[in-house]
Amino acid sequence: MSTSLRNNGAFVFSLAAAVLLTTGLGLALLWAPEDADQGPSQRIFYIHVPVALTAYLCFGWAAWKAFRLLWKRDERADLESYTAVHMGVIFGLLTLITGSIWAKISWGVWWTWSERQLVLFLILFLFYSAYFMLRYSTEPGPRRARSSAVYALFGAVLLPVSFLAIRLAEQLLHPAPLFNRDGPQMSASMFITFCVCLAAMVTLAAALYLIELTGKRADASLRELREHLA
Amino acid sequence: MSTGEKYLAAAYLVLFAAVLLYVVLIALKLARIERELAELARIAKERAGG
Amino acid sequence: MSGYLTDVAALARKDLVVELRSRDTVPAMLLFVVGALVVFHFALSEDSSRLAAAGMLWIALLFTALLALVRAFVAERDEAVIDGLLLAPCDRSAIWLGKTLSVFAFLALAEAVALPAFALFYDPVSWELIAGVALANVGIAAVGTLLGAMAAAARARELLLPLLFMPLAIPIVVGGVGATLAEDPSRYLGFLALYDAIFAILSWASFEYVVTE
Repeated sequence: MSTSLRNNGAFVFSLAAAVLLTTGLGLALLWAPEDADQGPSQRIFYIHVPVALTAYLCFGWAAWKAFRLLWKRDERADLESYTAVHMGVIFGLLTLITGSIWAKISWGVWWTWSERQLVLFLILFLFYSAYFMLRYSTEPGPRRARSSAVYALFGAVLLPVSFLAIRLAEQLLHPAPLFNRDGPQMSASMFITFCVCLAAMVTLAAALYLIELTGKRADASLRELREHLA
Repeated sequence: MSTGEKYLAAAYLVLFAAVLLYVVLIALKLARIERELAELARIAKERAGG
Repeated sequence: MSGYLTDVAALARKDLVVELRSRDTVPAMLLFVVGALVVFHFALSEDSSRLAAAGMLWIALLFTALLALVRAFVAERDEAVIDGLLLAPCDRSAIWLGKTLSVFAFLALAEAVALPAFALFYDPVSWELIAGVALANVGIAAVGTLLGAMAAAARARELLLPLLFMPLAIPIVVGGVGATLAEDPSRYLGFLALYDAIFAILSWASFEYVVTE
């Protein structure tokens, strides 16, 4: 019963993601007004920022599941937290790539240390890649589950601390106020497009999360079955 | 197509490629699970038969 | 409460006595940090600024700390001391606090040589730098001890620990370099203190989950 419900969740989210993603990208490319300063390339905003927010959401979800594992001793939360980190890293990598493209358009370079969100994602990417190393090099079991959970929780705390650190580092290197990308306020149609794209990315992440979780659970069940049969 | 438009297209293609890559990875995983499951089913059948 | 502190003191003393007898870690740290400062002279160009020298000092301190952290749980794992410690009737977090204190002591010893060497080779040492180093030590020891216990269960722990530790050390480097160079070091020192408080509490609370089977 619960399995079929889970798969239904993946089905519903996949369907919603398909509809929202097509609508969102259509709105972003065809309907949203062209930015007066940046021209057509400003439309990267509609995927870069939603992808980044979705990655934060995934890391937050991973920390929440890690907290459940430690606090409520909910053993299923281990795989859930792991899958959420997995999704977060995928979306984080996409943020780095799209952000890099945006930096190339805006400043003519593929990387700039003055873009806070990109630097933050680089740190997070390093951090969560180490999470994978931790998982791969430790024997499976409750201790690995708890160590991974503690590390995932550290990630949620490191995020705001790193953000603060990046701002402080910037002030040391460039005391002048920095170029602010927020620029002018969004118009209503831009904001609607952005919201649709954000919803699309979140549902896409949720669908992928549920599919990946089903796969990882199937893997775990298979391993258990193999041990019983061997 | 202006340079800006080219970069814009590249960014959207990256997203598209990522989703497709994910489909490939899931397909590979599914194939592996199917293979392992078939093997386990064969072992279970042998147990039941012999 | 006094029982808890007695446990912590006993555990920290145990590490210091072991180090005093074997002299495994601290001499290696001293040699490493001085060696690193010498290497940096050749890596930096002759007219490089004091900005670069201060940054190099912090990198040297960070990597020296990694030496201590990798060594911190060697005896616990190889000679199964950790099993005995876990059976002892003390709070698990006392193990963390004792280990953190001993790591802090090792770091302080290494820096007692590194900072005069830095002053001799490069730049005079300011009070802000000393305060920054002291605050950074707290964070490094607190987080590093927890991660060291985490990595001790892994196969390639000497490889794993630096990977786990480096992203978490970036804010420490920011705070430390800022405290060394900024016109107004107080905000960077405050940031280091904030980092210490947050991560010390988190490590203290989560250590038990990481060491128990």
